[in-house]
Amino acid sequence: MNQEKKSGLKFVWTLTIVALIIGIFGLFDRMVNGHTNANYGSYVPWGLWVAAYIYLIGLSAGAFIMSALVYVFNVKALEKVGKIALLISLATLIGALLSIWLDLGHMGRVWRMIIHTNFSSVMGWMVWLYSFYFILLAFEFWFAMRVDLINWSGKIGLSGKLSKFLTFGSTDISDESKVNDKKKLKILGGIGIPLAIAFHGSVGAIFGSVGARPYWNSGLTPIIFLVGAFLSGAALLTFAVYFWGPERGSESNKNVILLMGKIILGLLAFDVLLEYSEITIGLWSSVPSETASIKLILFGNYWWVFWFVHVGLGIIIPAILLISGYKSPKKIALAGFLIALTFISVRLNIVIPGLAIPELKGLRDAYTGPGLIFTYFPSLMEWAVFIFTISITGLVFLIGRTYLPVIEVSSKDIEVEK
Amino acid sequence: MEENTKELIQTEEKNLTATQENNIHRNVFLKKIGGGIFASLLLPGVLSNKFTTALAKATTELKELPKLPKQTPNEDVIVRMMRDLQRALKKPLAERKWSMVIDLRKCVGCDSCTISCAAENKLPPGVVYRPVLTEEVGVYPNVSEQFIPRPCMQCNKPPCVDVCPVSATWRREDSIVEIDYDQCIGCRYCITACPYSARTFDAGHDYLDNATDGATSLTGKEKAGKYEVIPIFDYGKEWPRKEGVSPEGNVRKCHFCVHRIEKGLLPECTVSCIGRATFFGDANDHKSLVAELIGKPNVMRLKEEMGTEPNVYYLM
Repeated sequence: MNQEKKSGLKFVWTLTIVALIIGIFGLFDRMVNGHTNANYGSYVPWGLWVAAYIYLIGLSAGAFIMSALVYVFNVKALEKVGKIALLISLATLIGALLSIWLDLGHMGRVWRMIIHTNFSSVMGWMVWLYSFYFILLAFEFWFAMRVDLINWSGKIGLSGKLSKFLTFGSTDISDESKVNDKKKLKILGGIGIPLAIAFHGSVGAIFGSVGARPYWNSGLTPIIFLVGAFLSGAALLTFAVYFWGPERGSESNKNVILLMGKIILGLLAFDVLLEYSEITIGLWSSVPSETASIKLILFGNYWWVFWFVHVGLGIIIPAILLISGYKSPKKIALAGFLIALTFISVRLNIVIPGLAIPELKGLRDAYTGPGLIFTYFPSLMEWAVFIFTISITGLVFLIGRTYLPVIEVSSKDIEVEK
Repeated sequence: MEENTKELIQTEEKNLTATQENNIHRNVFLKKIGGGIFASLLLPGVLSNKFTTALAKATTELKELPKLPKQTPNEDVIVRMMRDLQRALKKPLAERKWSMVIDLRKCVGCDSCTISCAAENKLPPGVVYRPVLTEEVGVYPNVSEQFIPRPCMQCNKPPCVDVCPVSATWRREDSIVEIDYDQCIGCRYCITACPYSARTFDAGHDYLDNATDGATSLTGKEKAGKYEVIPIFDYGKEWPRKEGVSPEGNVRKCHFCVHRIEKGLLPECTVSCIGRATFFGDANDHKSLVAELIGKPNVMRLKEEMGTEPNVYYLM
C-alpha cells in the first residue's frame, strides 16, 4: 500500500476526476450546441479532436507492438510488462475512438461506416481494421489475464467482484490451460502485429492519399505515422512501467526500463531522420503549397509549438536524458513522459498546416463567416472536450490498473513459461 | 430583345410561384401518395442508382417547362440557354452533361451570383457555394483586378467521391456531383480532398443565433427567424431546417441548382449575373451555347494538373 502511495496513483486518480469534471462541461456544450462553438469549420475542417485521435490511436498501436515483443517474440526481459502494455493500448484506443466520434457531424450515423462501407475510401478500410483490432485487443487482454482473474475472484471488494465477472465462468487454472493461453496469445499477437501496422498505416494513408494537400500527399506520411506511433507508444509505456509497473523499484523493473530506454532512443533517432527528410525536401521542393505548410510550422504563428514543444521538450531534452541517463530509470521514465506528452504537437502539426494554406489564391477574403478562415486555434469547448477524452482514457487505465490483475503475475505462471 | 426578357421574367415568376405552392402542399401530397417516385426519393444513398433513375423519370416526364418566346436571331443569351436547357431535358439523364462556362473578361466582381445563390439555397453562416475570388494583377499604374467565381467544378473525376467512407456522395450520370444529406456522417474528409475548397461544413449556425426576441411582428428572433427554417431544395428534395437535423452537420456544396434545372430554370448564379458572364447548359449538345464556348481557344479550367476534369470552364 505504501508503495502505491509513492507511485502517485492517488494523485493521478484525483487529476483524472478533476479533468473529467472539466471535460463534462465541454461534452455538455458539444451535445447542446453541436459544432457551433468549435473553431474548425469549412476551410480548416479538422482540428484538435482529429489530432487527438491520431495521437491516441498512435499510442495504442505503439503500446500494442511493445506487447507483441512479449507475446509473439518472447522477449523475456519485457514479459512482465505485457499486460500493462495491452491495458494502455486498450485505454488509448477507447479514447481515440471517442475523440473521433465526437468530431462527426452526425454521431448517430457512425454505424454506417460498418454497414455501408465504401472500400474505395481509405477511411472505410481504417474503420474495419480498427474494429478487428479492437476485438483482437479485447481477446488478447482477456487471455493474458484469464488465470489471474480466476485467482483474484476470491478477493474481497470491487476488484474481486470485477475479476469474477470478467472470468466469464472460466475456472480452469491447470497448467495445460495456461499453455493453451500462451499459444492463443502468440496467435492473437501474431495477427495483431500486421493488423496494428495496417490500421495505423491506414490512418496515415488517410492523409497521405489526399492529392489536394501537397503537405500530406507523400508516401512517407504513413511511415512517419507508424514510427511516431511506435515511439510515442513505447515512451508512454516506459513512463507507466516506471511508476505503475510490476515490482516497482526492483532490479527487474530497472532492467525493463533500461531496455526500453534503448528502444526509445533508437525510435527517436529514426523519427528525427524521417522528419528531417520530410521538412527539408518539402522546403526545397517546387510545390509552393507544401513549402508554405512547412514554413507555417517553422515560422508561422505557432512556431513555438514546433521549436519549443516538439524539438525542445520532445526531442532534445529526452535525447539528453536518454543518453546521459542510460543507467538511470528515473531519467528514462522522464524522457518517456516528455516524448509521450509532447507528441500531440507532432500530430497537430500534421493535421492543421496541411489545411491552413488556401487551395486557391483569393479564397481567404472571398467570403466570410464562421469556419471560413484559414487560421485555427481550438476553442474553449474543443479544449474541454479534448480534456474529456483524455480523462476517459485515464479512467480506463486507472480502473484496469487498480481493480484488475494487470501487474500481478502468479508464481505458477512463470513456471509454466519455463 | 427587351420584350423577350420581359416575357421570360414573367414566365419565370409564374414558375417560381408554382414551385412555392407545390412546396406547401408537398407534405400533404407525400402522405397521400406514400409510394412510387416520391418514396424512392427518400431511399438512402446506398440505393443511389434507383434514386437517380427515379429522378430521371420524374424529370423527363415533367411536361410543364417554362414557355419561351419565339426564337429571334439575336436573342438574349439567357433565353437561348433556356432553349438549350429544354432540349437537354428531353434527353435521358445519362446523355446530358451539365457544364458551366464563366467569362472572366465580363465578370466585374459584383458578387451577385454569390448572394443570389445564398438566397436561393438559404445558405446558413459558414456555408458558401459560389464565392468570387479576387486577385490583384500588376503594379500601379498598370494594375487590374481579376475576379474568379468558383462554383463546384462537378468534376468528371471528383477526388471527393472516392474518399467518402459511407458512399454519401457520387457523380450522377448528368455530371453533377451529388451529396445525400441523409447518408453523410459529417466526417469532412471530402472537404480535405477537394482541390478547389468547393465543399463547406454546415456546422449548424443561424443568422439569428445571438439575436434577441423582439416584440413586433417583423423583428426579433422568432419572427425574422422564419426565413431560417424555410426548406431548401438541394438535389430536388425538400429539407426544412431544424436543429441537429440534416443538412446541419453535413458537408454542402454547389449543385448547379439541380432543383431549378429540372424545372427548366437556369441556375440562380446564371440568371442573376449582371454581365451575362456565366453560361450554363448541356455540353453534349453541340448546338448549345456552352458547347460553342467550350470550343473556343481561350478556354481554361482550374488546376488542370490535378486530373479532376472539371465541368466548369473559364474564358480568359
